[in-house]
Parts: sequence; C-alpha cells; structure tokens
Amino acid sequence: MAMDGPTPLERFINGILPENPTYRQVLGMCPTLAVTNGMKEAMTMAGAVAFTLICANIVTSLIRGLLKPHLRILVFTLTIAAFVTIADRFLAAFLPDMSRALGPYVPLIIVNCVIICRCEVCASKQGVAAAAADAVGQSIGFALGLASIAAVREIIGNGSIFEFTILPEAYWPRWGIMLLPPGAFLTLGLLMGGFNLLSARSEKRKKALA
Amino acid sequence: MEIFGDIILIAITSAIINNFVLHYFVGICPFIGVSRRVDMAFGMGAAVTFVMSIAALLSWTFTYFILQPGAPLTTWLLHLGGAKAGATIDLTILSYIIYIFVIAASVQLVEMYLRKFQPVLYKSFGVFLPLITTNCAILFACLEILKYVTDPKASWGVHQALTMSIFGGVGFTIAIVIMAGIREELDHCDIPKCLRGPGITLIVAGILAMAFLGFSGVDTNLRGVMGLGAKTAQAVEKPADANQPTQMEINGK
Repeated sequence: MAMDGPTPLERFINGILPENPTYRQVLGMCPTLAVTNGMKEAMTMAGAVAFTLICANIVTSLIRGLLKPHLRILVFTLTIAAFVTIADRFLAAFLPDMSRALGPYVPLIIVNCVIICRCEVCASKQGVAAAAADAVGQSIGFALGLASIAAVREIIGNGSIFEFTILPEAYWPRWGIMLLPPGAFLTLGLLMGGFNLLSARSEKRKKALA
Repeated sequence: MEIFGDIILIAITSAIINNFVLHYFVGICPFIGVSRRVDMAFGMGAAVTFVMSIAALLSWTFTYFILQPGAPLTTWLLHLGGAKAGATIDLTILSYIIYIFVIAASVQLVEMYLRKFQPVLYKSFGVFLPLITTNCAILFACLEILKYVTDPKASWGVHQALTMSIFGGVGFTIAIVIMAGIREELDHCDIPKCLRGPGITLIVAGILAMAFLGFSGVDTNLRGVMGLGAKTAQAVEKPADANQPTQMEINGK
C-alpha cells in the first residue's frame, strides 16, 4: 500500500527534534518568549497548546473535504478559537494562578503560527491518524523548546526550577534581567545558535562516517 | 483636559514604554521575518498600524455594545424578549471568535480600499496583508481593549481604544524599522554560521529590549507630572506588572 508522504510514526518522530517548531521552524515565538520565565508557566502553556493542536488537527482532518480554498485559514482559525476558549476557561476555573500568570498569552494561542501551520500543511491534507500523530509529535517538540528556555531563564534568573529553589541566594546572585524581556530574546537566540551548532556537527560526523 | 492627558499617556505607553514587540512579545514573526530591509519593514509596520486601528474600532464597538456584561444592545434585545427589569447577560465567552471575524474583516476592508484607491501601495504590500490576519499584535490589541472595557475602574471609551491601537502600531513600526536598519548593517559583518538568520536577530532584539527597558517607570512619573488621578493609575499600571516582575521587585527580593 503506497503512502504519500511520511507515515504517522515518522510524522510523530519528526515533530520532536528534526522539525522542532521552536528551533527548526522558528514558529510560535510569542508564547516561547513570553511565558518562559518560569517552568510552571511554560509547562502549563505547553499543555494548553498540546490540547489545542491535537483537537484542532483532528477536527480539521475530519472536515478537510468541505474546505473552500480561499476561506480555509479563516476556518482553521475559528476551529482553533473554539478550542482555545475551552482551554482558557478550563485554566481560569481550575488553575487560576496559572491563568493570571499567563494572562493574554492563552488567547494568543489562536494565532500561534505552529497550530495554523500544522493545520495548513498536514491536517487539511491527511487522514485523522497522520494528523493526530503529527500533532502529538509537534506538541512534544514545542514542549521541549519551551522547557529548555524556561529552565535556563528560571535557574539563572531565580535560582529555582518549578519554583523549588536549587541555587540559594548566598551562592548565586539573581540575574533579574533573565526574567525580563531582554533575557528571553538573548536566551532564545543563544540556544538557537547552540542547537544549530550541535546539529551541524552531527551532520558533519554522519557525513564523515558514511 | 484630563482626557487629553490620558490620551497622551496611553499613546506614549503603548508606543514606547510597553512596546508591543519588545515588551509584550507580540508580532515577533513579522519582526524576525520581514526586517531585512528598511523600506519593507516600514511597509509592514504601516500595514499593521492600518489594520490594527480598524480592527480596534470594530472590536471596541462589538465589545461595548454587545459583548460586555450589561451591554446596551444585548440588554435591549433581552428586554424585547421579555426578561425581567434588571437582567443582564455576559457574552464575553464569544469574544475570541468575534475578534477573529473582526480581524479577518479588517484585513479584507484594508485590502479592498488599497486595491481601489492606492494601487501602488497595494502592490508594495504584496503578500503581507493576508499574513497580517495571523499576526499576534492585532489580536493582542483587541484583547487589551476587552480587558479595559470590562474593567469597571477603567471602562475605556473609543478614544482610548483607538489611541492604544494606533500608537501600538506606531511602536511596532519603530521597533521593526530599527531592527531593519541594524540588520542592513549586519549584512556586512562576519556572523558565525550557527547564528545566522533568526539567531543573531534575536540577540540584537534582546539588546534592543534592554534599551527599551530603560523607559519603564516613565509612565508613573508622567502621570504624577500631569496630575492624573488614581483612576487611570490603577488601570494603566496593570500590563507592566501583570506578566513580569518589575525591576524593583527583583532588586528587593
């Protein structure tokens, strides 16, 4: 049975590192920079994006036969808006501290480039299994991206991880700048450089061995 | 006179102190993607400002008259339908969906207007206009309007909403044009291979954000100088404190 494009399992693995939304595709920068000043907020945002991405991909894949070409972005966005409303109300009801900390960035998931891009590229053209596998893989990749930046910012900026202090005040002065916007930009830029360096080195090694 | 001072304060706050790109992290995708040349960057900024103002006008109208708890139009319709005297309904749950429609409509309106009356400008915008539909900055402006219209202490009118969105767009244009100027210079530099493209742009943006961080607190002093009362102080202060710890909190910890 010929498959056009990657299989669901390949899509799942692709989303984690090879096509990582933060470091490779450079999508979804808004939440990546905004909510990564603490691991808790970052993981809450990753959970919300995962829920929205998976549900939106499945629904888009189910209605892919009915999409008109020039209205499809609007239809994707409306589907995503419905699921983001659910996620937002859920957070406001059951995790009010996180909801207040994340602020306007939960509704901004609606225009998150990652979700719209996955709907456009994958879900509107593939079956439900492929779309769901792609969504889960990309969510894990996104969560990894968020976690890496949040870990750096929170440890250096606050000496804590998940609000559990690991670098006492006496030994490590708090780099307040890491918790503010400049720290976000600098961390993401430097980590992206590091990621590119590592992947270039592993490419070179693979080519040398071949 | 207080309205005038309020408008100036909101203008300076949205454009410079709480810059949309460098403080609120919205509109980063075009900021990284389109900031290679100054003329393209200026065109993108102008397009975003245009669309943001129209979207703000429409979303304020919807929010004030239909969505907010106790909105005039919905209450009138309720009474027509035979509800009790003091009944109100809160439709803010529909706000995100309404805003998406509003933004799509604004982009269409701007596109139609430009294609008819300013064809040269329309051609120079090119593919930017449809892309603006997924721009975080515009939805963020609408969400801020929702926050301040439903906040009983602030209760923004159309003048405040329009000022915030126009000057938010101006601030976005300032940031993206500065970045474009710097990147044009960076083209002549020898950047390490791993940092080329988004990497160096983000690092430069970080340094820019540090520079703009120097403006924080200016709005508090301006408020004191202009003699605006606590009513606006409470409302306008919220965005700066809501998401990040201020410099004083960090130093005092």
